[in-house]
Amino acid sequence: MSVRRLADASVQPASFAFNKANAASAKKWIAKYPKGREQSAIIPLLMLAQEQEGWVTKAAIESICEMLGMPYIRGLEVATFYTQYQLKPVGTRAHIQVCGTTPCMLRGSEELMDVCRSKIHHDQFHTNEAGTLSWEEVECLGACVNAPMVMIFKDTYEDLTPERLAEIIDDFEAGKGHSVPVGPQNGRHFSAPVSGFTALADEKAILKATRDKATKAAARTTKEPPAIAAEPAKVAVVPPSNAAKPKTNAIETSPAVKTPSKVKAAPAAEKAVSVKAPKATAAAKPVPAPATTPAAPKKAPAKKEAASAKPSLDDKNRPKGISKPAAVDDLKLISGVGPKIEATLHELGIFTYAQVASWKKAEREWVDGYLSFHGRIEREDWVKQAKALAKGGIQEYIRVFGKKPV
Amino acid sequence: MLQDKDRIFTNIYGHFDQSLAGAMARGQWDGTKAIIDKGRDWIINEMKASGLRGRGGAGFPTGLKWSFMPKQSDGRPSYLVVNADESEPGTCKDRDILRHDPHTLVEGCLLAGFAMGAVAAYIYVRGEFIREREALQRAIDEAYEAKLIGKGNKNGYDFDVYVHHGAGAYICGEETALLESLEGKKGQPRLKPPFPANVGLYGCPTTVNNVESIAVAPTILRRGAAWFSSIGRPNNVGTKLFMLVGHVNTPCTVEEAMGITFRELVEKHGGGVRGGWDNLLAVIPGGASCPVIKGPDILDAPMDFDGMRELKSSFGTAAVIIMDKSTDIVKAIARLSYFFKHESCGQCTPCREGTGWMWRVMERLVRGEAQKREIDMLLDVTKQIEGHTICALGDAAAWPIQGLIRNFRPEIERRIDEFTRNAHRAEPVLVAAE
Repeated sequence: MSVRRLADASVQPASFAFNKANAASAKKWIAKYPKGREQSAIIPLLMLAQEQEGWVTKAAIESICEMLGMPYIRGLEVATFYTQYQLKPVGTRAHIQVCGTTPCMLRGSEELMDVCRSKIHHDQFHTNEAGTLSWEEVECLGACVNAPMVMIFKDTYEDLTPERLAEIIDDFEAGKGHSVPVGPQNGRHFSAPVSGFTALADEKAILKATRDKATKAAARTTKEPPAIAAEPAKVAVVPPSNAAKPKTNAIETSPAVKTPSKVKAAPAAEKAVSVKAPKATAAAKPVPAPATTPAAPKKAPAKKEAASAKPSLDDKNRPKGISKPAAVDDLKLISGVGPKIEATLHELGIFTYAQVASWKKAEREWVDGYLSFHGRIEREDWVKQAKALAKGGIQEYIRVFGKKPV
Repeated sequence: MLQDKDRIFTNIYGHFDQSLAGAMARGQWDGTKAIIDKGRDWIINEMKASGLRGRGGAGFPTGLKWSFMPKQSDGRPSYLVVNADESEPGTCKDRDILRHDPHTLVEGCLLAGFAMGAVAAYIYVRGEFIREREALQRAIDEAYEAKLIGKGNKNGYDFDVYVHHGAGAYICGEETALLESLEGKKGQPRLKPPFPANVGLYGCPTTVNNVESIAVAPTILRRGAAWFSSIGRPNNVGTKLFMLVGHVNTPCTVEEAMGITFRELVEKHGGGVRGGWDNLLAVIPGGASCPVIKGPDILDAPMDFDGMRELKSSFGTAAVIIMDKSTDIVKAIARLSYFFKHESCGQCTPCREGTGWMWRVMERLVRGEAQKREIDMLLDVTKQIEGHTICALGDAAAWPIQGLIRNFRPEIERRIDEFTRNAHRAEPVLVAAE
């Protein structure tokens, strides 16, 4: 926090009174707040006093406190807390506030302060010899896209160069401050890019009349109003930011770990520290792929159901089973089927490659859901594998896939 | 890229007619009464459905915030307070709304005030925005004159809008500090609970909203929640005023769709990074209190709340501070530390003492005049400040330093090495007398 004190008693004037115009606007300020809450007006009133006197005097603080019926200490607290109040006399023709916070610093506010140092005074808050100019470094003045900038009294001078600031200071010193154009000094239009508008170049596009015309034209071409109805569907096709990312707490998946540890770990120790993946919840499931056909939205919820609950055995999509034949095929040869899955398939009455090869899409989905396999059947293409195995056994499999079945 | 017809702030650069008539020609104050006739609950539900997240930095859902206000008055009036104390370094969006497009805000005040049953709105403008305050006051006077607000207005809901101003204190951007300041006291944040929705301004139920959140509300209600939520990604919807600050060729303020990639934003509106993309060093994506991100990491990231959170930073107010390789990154962050030290209100010890302590260490790190173990000590101190203060200024002061150490530790260590290597040569420096 910044420590601020009132000016020395030797420079404090004996009394303070608002002039006529300021007394009227003070009254207006007080009227804005509910009865009994006049204290709210202290900040605007102190600012009026500063505008009138150039700085905030002790007499001003005390007389405003009396106006608002508050203890002096509360007024003194406010005056010393807020940094916009000048508690010491400043330059009579200009008090230059240079913004020095990072956004302005990046664009060269330090050079601006050097200009102030050489032209006004080495230290801030000190007036030059004539008492006409002073400067200070302030924290962000909120014109960061127009950095670097200074504020003199009520106006800002933006997009400055050290040379331009020197000219401005000279103008104020000569008493011609009002002739300096306010705002950006490099010819740009307020906060628009200096190279010209990249947006809102033409008012026609945003006029209400244009928009009304467009709505009418749209209403004429199509009777039904699909414009808004179609929008929500559009939202759904954008994948959420975490789509397709595995949900796991495992240390090795942390993006912070750049390389695996070089230290050899004992299997027991490794097991002790390894973390189980969290249970897949419905929310963590990947969102269905963007809908391309109109029928897809209908299917999507069905798929979700399958993912969240095991499909029932009575479902019509369940592939037909047979009783155990004499010659049982080795389903384990299908990549993706292990002894456990094979047993489950046997329970379902699936014993031969031909059966697997004949599965339709709905059936594949049913089995996928039953095994909680999250689409592995499709990915590993069991049907193609089974077809090859049914046709020519291992030889055919090697011919099709270029490798031995595992 | 967002098209002009989908922009909410249609006069952000102030080159079209700024009067009420001009604003109405661009579609403001259109059918306000019809919206009010649909009722409080409809407005709040529509705002909730739009998915608008507060534009002041924290990203709290605006519709939800409005719904916290009591439905039945217990005798106390309710207030809407608009936070136009825009002081976060890098941020200057509200300034353009206030001085060039103030009618969006005035209309928003009426609609928001109606939705929460408020009797009046106080717009707290920061003290340095003097011309902006005058422009806003002009717009309010015009609206009173046209009987759009005030007693017995055309819209059928008696509502007053007042402008108040501060006097240069960053902390008054914190909602409870703002209320204290509005009551004519030092701006020191209050303990929560009670939350402002129960005990706020003058002890009455109050909602504090950012200027941009209020100013976008009328357009959302007019064009529908579905329109607004169709822009951007889920949970990060709508349009947003972005500010491109620092080392881009053409710094500017521009309204864009949320979720635009950093690269597209800078190419389209900023004219590219000064010296080309290879010259990009680091980016602070959301105003001074957000941790810094290394340049290459942010290039293709979507600019929105979740996109920045994935990069361990924060979207803040969308004030994108871009730094090229000429930047002294440690000094840039040290300057922010000075800012927070200067702006700490002095109420909580960890922040009052800690911000000064961190700044002094940062100043030494700029020169490299430190021990390497002090980097970890500094990091540890930031963790001691973060979360141990009444308001978020302590956190805001800690995050930039944490971001610096996370991303630029080698640079800090290099300086320490360099300083140590040259230590024996340290001699008094002769300065030419001028």
